[in-house]
Amino acid sequence: MKFFFFHLMPYGALDLDYLDKHESPWVTLPNTYYDPKKGFELYHRYLDELELADQLGFDGVCVNEHHQTAYGMMPAPNILAGALARRTTNAKVCVLGRALPLINEPITIAEEFAMLDNLLGGRFITGFVRGIGCEYHASGANPAFSLERFREAHDLIIRAWTEPGPFEFEGKHFHLQYVNCWPRPYQEPHPPIWVPTQGSTETVEWAAHPDRKYNYLLTFSPIKSVQANMDNYRRMAEGYGYESTPDQLGWATPIYVAETDAIARKEAEQHIEDFFNKFLYSPMEYKMPPGYSSLGSYKKVMEQKMRVRMKHLSFDNLMEEGMFICGSPNTVVETLQKREQDMKFENLVAMLQFGALSAEMTDKNLRMFANEVMPKLQASSPQGARETIPAAE
Amino acid sequence: MADHKSETIDISGCKTAILRGGSGPTMLFLHGAGGAGAWSPYMDALAANFDLVVPSHPGFGMSDTPDWLDNMSDLSFFYLDLMKQLDLTDTHVVGNSLGGWLAMEIAVRSTQRIKSLTLASPAGIHVQGVPKGDIFLWDPETRVRNSFVNQTMADARLAAVPTDAEADIALKNHFTTAKLAWQPRFYNPDLRKWLHRIDVPTMILWGDSDKIFPVPYGHALKELIPGAELRVIADCGHLIHQEKTDEFIAGVNAIAGAAS
Repeated sequence: MKFFFFHLMPYGALDLDYLDKHESPWVTLPNTYYDPKKGFELYHRYLDELELADQLGFDGVCVNEHHQTAYGMMPAPNILAGALARRTTNAKVCVLGRALPLINEPITIAEEFAMLDNLLGGRFITGFVRGIGCEYHASGANPAFSLERFREAHDLIIRAWTEPGPFEFEGKHFHLQYVNCWPRPYQEPHPPIWVPTQGSTETVEWAAHPDRKYNYLLTFSPIKSVQANMDNYRRMAEGYGYESTPDQLGWATPIYVAETDAIARKEAEQHIEDFFNKFLYSPMEYKMPPGYSSLGSYKKVMEQKMRVRMKHLSFDNLMEEGMFICGSPNTVVETLQKREQDMKFENLVAMLQFGALSAEMTDKNLRMFANEVMPKLQASSPQGARETIPAAE
Repeated sequence: MADHKSETIDISGCKTAILRGGSGPTMLFLHGAGGAGAWSPYMDALAANFDLVVPSHPGFGMSDTPDWLDNMSDLSFFYLDLMKQLDLTDTHVVGNSLGGWLAMEIAVRSTQRIKSLTLASPAGIHVQGVPKGDIFLWDPETRVRNSFVNQTMADARLAAVPTDAEADIALKNHFTTAKLAWQPRFYNPDLRKWLHRIDVPTMILWGDSDKIFPVPYGHALKELIPGAELRVIADCGHLIHQEKTDEFIAGVNAIAGAAS
C-alpha cells in the first residue's frame, strides 16, 4: 500500500451556524463569511501540514480544486503545488485534480501541469476531473457539455504533451490554430493521471480503457459503493481484455488515529460530522445540475444519494457505512488491512485533516498515522500487490 | 375538447412529436422549459379559432434528442425547416418562456412564414440590474410554487404524482433546457441587436408577479421590438397560459385578429 496525505484546505474558521440563514456552504454562501486574516493563517498552517507529511515519509501529498465554497480554499490548486515543490523533497506532489470542463482554454492546464512536472523533476501526479455539480453553478460552465468538454480537453492536453508542436487542434468546443506546449512535461510520456470519481458509468468505462488505464480513485463514498466501483473497474478491464493491477486503484477516505478508540472518537466525532453535514452538504440542485451525467447515471446517483447523503450523518452512521476510519493504531491498521484484502487497491489517499480539526490534532493524527499505522501496512501488504508495482517506480 | 391528433414527423433528421387540432388560420405554439405536455385547456381554447400546431421541441417530450442540438440557434433553424416542411404559411406564432425566446430567434432570422407573434413572458434578453429567478437552483417544489401566484394551482400541480414515464420526460426536458439556457442564463447576448428585424405585429404578455423574469423584462423587450404591445396581467406568475388562460387567449386573439 502507498500512502498519500490529502488536504482539502477547508475554511475551518467558518461560522457553522451559517445553515440557519443559508442553504449551502457552496456557491451562495456570502463571501463575507470569509476573513482573509484567518485565511492567511490557514493557508500557511495547511502547507506546513503537507510539508510535515513529506518529512514523515508519506508517498505523496495532495491538493485539489473547488470553487466558491468554504469546503476547500483551493480554486487554483497549482499555486499550492508550486509552493510545495520548493518545500518538499521526497513525496510526490499530486493535484487531484483540475476540473477540465470549467476551463475555456484547457491548453493552460497542459502548460501549468508541464511547468509543475519540470519544477518537481517528475515528482508529480496529475488528476483530471469534471468537477462536482456545484462547480457548474460557480463557473457558469454548462453541465450538459461537461462530459464532452472533459474528454475533448483531455485529448487536447495529452496531444499537447506527447505530439511535437506546433499542430492544429480542431474540436467541437476547443479550437486552436497553434498547439505547442512549452515547457514539455518532465516525465515520459507525461505525468501519471489519476481520475478521482464517485463512480459514474461514463467515467469507469473511460478510465479503464487500455489506451488510458488511469488510476481510478474513489472518493468519500459508502464502502459498499467503493467496493462495487473497484470491482466494476476490474470487470471493465477484463472486458477490454486485460487484467488491471492494484496500482490502478485508489481510495480516498478521512481517517483519524489516536491513542485509543475512545480518545479517537472523542476528538474526531464533532469534526467529521461537521465535515459531512456542514462543509460537504449542499442541496441536490447544487450537486446534480441537469445534464451533468447521462439520464441513467443521474437517476442512479440520485437514488444512492437520497439513501445516504440527504440525511444527517452521525459518527455512527459514518462508521457503519465505512465512510470514516477512526480509532487506535491497531483498529486503523486492522480496518485498512481488511479493506486492502477486500478491494485489492494500492493507493490510500488519507484525509487526515477535516472540517475544523485543529492544528494540534492534525499534527498528532499525521504523526500517529505515519509512525504507527504506515509501517505495519507496508510490512503486511500482500505479496501480490507489491509485485505489481510497475518498474517505472 | 377539440378534435386533435398526435403524430410523429421526421424533420431535419429528428423524429418530432406534434399535437395538432382545430381549424382556421395556422398557429404554431412553442412550449417552454416544462415541455408541451398533453392536450390542455389552453390548447382547446386556441384551437377554437386556429389550426393549432404544438410540436415538442427536439430534446423534449417524445421528440428525439438529435446530435446536432446544441443551442437556441440550432433550434431556431430547425423550426424554419419545420415550417417549410409542414408548409405553414401566414402563421401566428405563440411562444411561452423558453418558447418565446425561440419565437424571437426564429423571427429575427425570417418572418417569411409568420403573420404575428405572441410572446408570453419570454426568455431571451438580459436586463442589467434586474435579478432573475434561478430555476436550476430551486428544488422542484420551489420551482412550481414560484411559477404561480395562485398557490392553489401550485398545490394541485404538486399533488399530481407523475408516472415513471412522465418523470423521465420531465427530467429529459430539464436536461435539454440546461443545454439551451444554462449559460448565458436564459438569454442570447446577440439577440437584442437584431430584434428590430421583427416586422410582424407582436404582443408581449407578462405576469405582474413573475418571479423568474420580472416585469421590467417585459418593458425592456417592448422597447426592442418595433411596434410591440405589452400587456401586464394582474395577479399572474410566469405561466400565463395556465394561470390566466382567459387573458392569455384574449392577448393572442387581439394580435392575431389585428394581423389578419
